[in-house]
Amino acid sequence: MSVIKVPEADTAGWRCASCDEELTLEAVELEYLDSLFNVELPCCPKCRLVLIPEGLALGKMHQVEQLLEDK
Amino acid sequence: MEQADLRMWENRCVQEEVPKCTAACPLHVDARTFCSLVGQRRWDKAWQVLAKTLPLPSVLARLCDGPCKEECERKHVGGAVEMDRLERYCAEQAKPVSPPRPLPSRGKSVAVIGGGLTGLCATWEMARRGFDVTLYCSHVGGELIDLSESVLPDGVLLREVENLKTMGAVIEDGVEVTLSLLDTVSHQYDAVFVDSTSVPESLLAFGKPDDLTLGTQLKGVFASGGGAESPVFQAATGRRAANSIERFTQGVSMVTGRELEGPYETRLFTSLDKVEAVQPVSGEWDELHARDEAKRCLQCECMECVKGCEYLRHYKQYPKVYARQIYNNESIVMGTRQANTMINSCMLCGLCETICPEDFSMADVCLEARRGMVSRGKMPPSAHEFALRDMDFARSAVCALAHHAPDATVSEYAFFPGCQLTASDPDGVEAAYADLRQRLGSVGLMLNCCGVPADWAGRTALYEGVAVRLRDDWHALGEPKIIAACPTCLKTLRDLLPDAEIISHWTILSVVGLPQSAEIASRKLAINDPCAARDNAVLRDDIRVLLDMLQVSVIEPEYSGEMTQCCGYGGLLSDANPSLATSVAEVRRDAVDEDYVTYCVMCRDMLAKTGKRAVHFYDLLFPKGEDSASRAAPGYSARRENRVRLKERLLREIWSEAEGVAQQPYETIDVEFTENAARIMEERRILKTDVQKVLLQAQQSGRWFVQQESGHLLASFRPVTVTYWVEFVRQGEAFVVHNAWCHRMRIQGGQP
Repeated sequence: MSVIKVPEADTAGWRCASCDEELTLEAVELEYLDSLFNVELPCCPKCRLVLIPEGLALGKMHQVEQLLEDK
Repeated sequence: MEQADLRMWENRCVQEEVPKCTAACPLHVDARTFCSLVGQRRWDKAWQVLAKTLPLPSVLARLCDGPCKEECERKHVGGAVEMDRLERYCAEQAKPVSPPRPLPSRGKSVAVIGGGLTGLCATWEMARRGFDVTLYCSHVGGELIDLSESVLPDGVLLREVENLKTMGAVIEDGVEVTLSLLDTVSHQYDAVFVDSTSVPESLLAFGKPDDLTLGTQLKGVFASGGGAESPVFQAATGRRAANSIERFTQGVSMVTGRELEGPYETRLFTSLDKVEAVQPVSGEWDELHARDEAKRCLQCECMECVKGCEYLRHYKQYPKVYARQIYNNESIVMGTRQANTMINSCMLCGLCETICPEDFSMADVCLEARRGMVSRGKMPPSAHEFALRDMDFARSAVCALAHHAPDATVSEYAFFPGCQLTASDPDGVEAAYADLRQRLGSVGLMLNCCGVPADWAGRTALYEGVAVRLRDDWHALGEPKIIAACPTCLKTLRDLLPDAEIISHWTILSVVGLPQSAEIASRKLAINDPCAARDNAVLRDDIRVLLDMLQVSVIEPEYSGEMTQCCGYGGLLSDANPSLATSVAEVRRDAVDEDYVTYCVMCRDMLAKTGKRAVHFYDLLFPKGEDSASRAAPGYSARRENRVRLKERLLREIWSEAEGVAQQPYETIDVEFTENAARIMEERRILKTDVQKVLLQAQQSGRWFVQQESGHLLASFRPVTVTYWVEFVRQGEAFVVHNAWCHRMRIQGGQP
């Protein structure tokens, strides 16, 4: 599965508080209604905590959710 | 939806039926489109409309005597559109068009005997259908030649005769028309048509032709009936002959399915309600006069339901089209179901069915479609999940209750205020319950949801489950008469508990009188009947009686009573399509200038959200000394909290019971919201408890993000099907929330 890159996947100044690490872009698997996507998302390199920025959640992610719901 | 159901629904919607003018015209000229084009002075286009339908258009347009005028809807509001005069005017204005290109030859030959208008029209109709036609006549044009120059200018007839030749017809002019000619051609040709008015009577030995088929005693010989017919009817006879000969040469039935030849009845309904009377344009016409006359055409269509419903208007079509879209939506196996949101956006309010002359019900179509989507597992999860969660909450132990009156062991009545009234106006519910106990004696209390969200969402099994629980509660209370305050509960409970007597609170009050607290003051209010009261005239009357007792003079909006419009909440529209729900509520807001009074709290809150001043009836009966018309609609979290607090308070104060339900751990999280965050959460349907769950999880796991610049923290949690993100700061023990968002997609790999 190829990795999808989205411009909304921006760290926007967030860092992992517990590990005190800068976030890096990593391939993360997302699932909805039995569809899987490999998306490059900001992620803590140490504990793997993934960030879904507001713009992505309300924008492209929402669109894809709606699309899958109508499939 | 089965195909038969689709046909049934499609047939009910009359929007695509032909207008009365076209149905009345024996040639079925599209007068509506013609008038629309003349109204724009698009003469050439308008002429093309005539030329498409009329044989020998330049002749017939000048001779038409407008039988459509008898049926024209404009006749009742100023006078029929002068269609015949418009046709003549257009014939003078427009550029002539080439004759129609005939269909490929059928290899069938037809002789037409008699060159009057009927014979010429029959020749035209058959030539364009690919017959090899020969016209035999003593003089082409027959009686048309005697018409004056002012009726049929020189050269017009000749031009159309030339067109006939271009279309491939052979014209044998100057022929002596005799019986022996008929005898000869009837053997030479596959079929013969005789224009009876243009041939000697001696030729008509074959007897009177049949009215429907124009067939005679001679096989393959067809004839017009003769007698004085208006020009368009003569032309229609020519077309009928062509139809018969086409059937005859194909060897198919001569009689079936011919109801739509010639004038027929149409079911198209056109309202004249708001149409101003305008007289025909008289005197000499110039181009602008003709345009103005054409503009008097009402462009007949139904669209009655669409005019009254913002939802139907929003999707830009009408129920016949929607029924087909819904049918197609169900048939999709792979691909996008584009009608899902449309199906989930109907308010199920029943207005279209009430308006429609043929009782088309979008509610029935959409609700059935929703049930089908649920049963096939194709209902979009996000459409109704929030509303159904709210229903579950209202039915859960923290909100629901079924008790006899304090110190009573039986209940003659049980008050059922409904989950939204308790959510929006718990104080009003408390006061109403006290009033009922005081005046009726043993009145128990049922705090619960009637289950209508499950019904609206198409979740039949869930809806039936609600019924079972409610029935159990009702039995446990000794089967009291249920007093329902919410019109939707009233309707739903009557459906769910057919054995129970369900009375409206408003009927009780109209009998026992207003409570003492009622604010009697002369004032003017616009009534907003909720859609659940559409089929309940008793309820609507009770309300008006009570308003009269309160000295309220009632303003009825244009859509009122059984024709009332939904506020945008019905059918879970506000969940499935929030922006359309807002538009629907705004339409209702703009319908009157006065403050509204309503007896459905969802109507009140939907209107209040648009900024419209509106009171619920309880505000008048149990006033709280505030300007209740301007009270803001409580948000989703506040509504939940109101239900919980009401139950706690009533248990404590009326039944002297301590709170029974233990607090959830996340409820101990002390949280505040910035104004912006509170607004955003409401828009995004994020509850305070959702936020508390995220914060509890973050506190326990110690995992969150931090933003250097703002110092804000960010944590997420997925309690069940939605992942919530909360941006916050710590303030001592408390959390102050600045932002929140959510998504349904799941992050794989152990993210909490």
